[in-house]
Amino acid sequence: MARPPVTERNATRSDEETSAPSLAGRVRVAAMMPPGHVRTPAYLRGKTGTIERALGAFANPEKLAYGLPAEKRRLYRVRFTMDELWGAEAETPGDTLDAEIYDHWLERVAD
Amino acid sequence: MPHDHADHLSPSGHPYRPDDDVPLSYWQAMEIAVRELLVEKGEVTAEEIARQIDAMDARSPADGAAVVARAWTDPAFKARLLKDASAASREMGYDIGALKLIAVENTASVHNVVVCTLCSCYPRNLLGLPPDWYKSRAYRSRVVKAPRAVLREFGVELPQDVTIRVHDSTADMRYIVLPERPAGTEALDAGAMAALVTRDSMIGTGLPRTPT
Repeated sequence: MARPPVTERNATRSDEETSAPSLAGRVRVAAMMPPGHVRTPAYLRGKTGTIERALGAFANPEKLAYGLPAEKRRLYRVRFTMDELWGAEAETPGDTLDAEIYDHWLERVAD
Repeated sequence: MPHDHADHLSPSGHPYRPDDDVPLSYWQAMEIAVRELLVEKGEVTAEEIARQIDAMDARSPADGAAVVARAWTDPAFKARLLKDASAASREMGYDIGALKLIAVENTASVHNVVVCTLCSCYPRNLLGLPPDWYKSRAYRSRVVKAPRAVLREFGVELPQDVTIRVHDSTADMRYIVLPERPAGTEALDAGAMAALVTRDSMIGTGLPRTPT
């Protein structure tokens, strides 16, 4: 039996690339607190790290979660030191934490 | 008398566990409603759903262990695994669906550990379902702040000169730790080597077994 076609809202539009410039080096995570389905953990907001690698472009989960047309966003793995995240409470300051952050949450910081 | 209600005791002399008769949660009721609607509208059949559940239940840490053992014995495969762990897993014949996998390598100076602080992201399509503790608030909130203390509770004590790298699976990627190959495994074949690779060693909360 033929299935109905996948609705447009489910399409990931994987053939489209984003025109956003690519980021590298030191970045800061935006300190904003928007409502809704957000994949940036609160404990990383406002923190500065270094891009470990670029992962490519993925449909924005903040739109996908609500069935909205989702534009592609560049996704990065950003590496933070425990010192940056927890300050004096860090267990071992030089240990690190990597997380995936979308580019609309990142701003460049001078190295 | 240890148990007052002799008529409620099992043949082994212990009380029966009470029935688990709690009402469905909001989300459980919604899942059933959506699933039944999808079947009713012909989007999927009940058989297809059962088959997917069977396929997920058939996945186990043994699949990941085989990938790790191959990486320990085949340097070219290891290079491919570290470059693109999804492609390397598929190359070994594992049906991992849309899983986007990154392998992170433990060395003498680096130990990796994986978490999902936002929910319970886990490389299910390769390792099967995650352990319950992986989804607990205690593990998720503590391992990002005090990974050494958490690892100690798992019986893993790491020297200060080993850097810990915690990986928070916040978005589209999933992670598998490639543990360090234990000493004394030179004579083992891939099957015997895979038997040393535990689930926890691929999450980073454990180390591989050492050969006896």
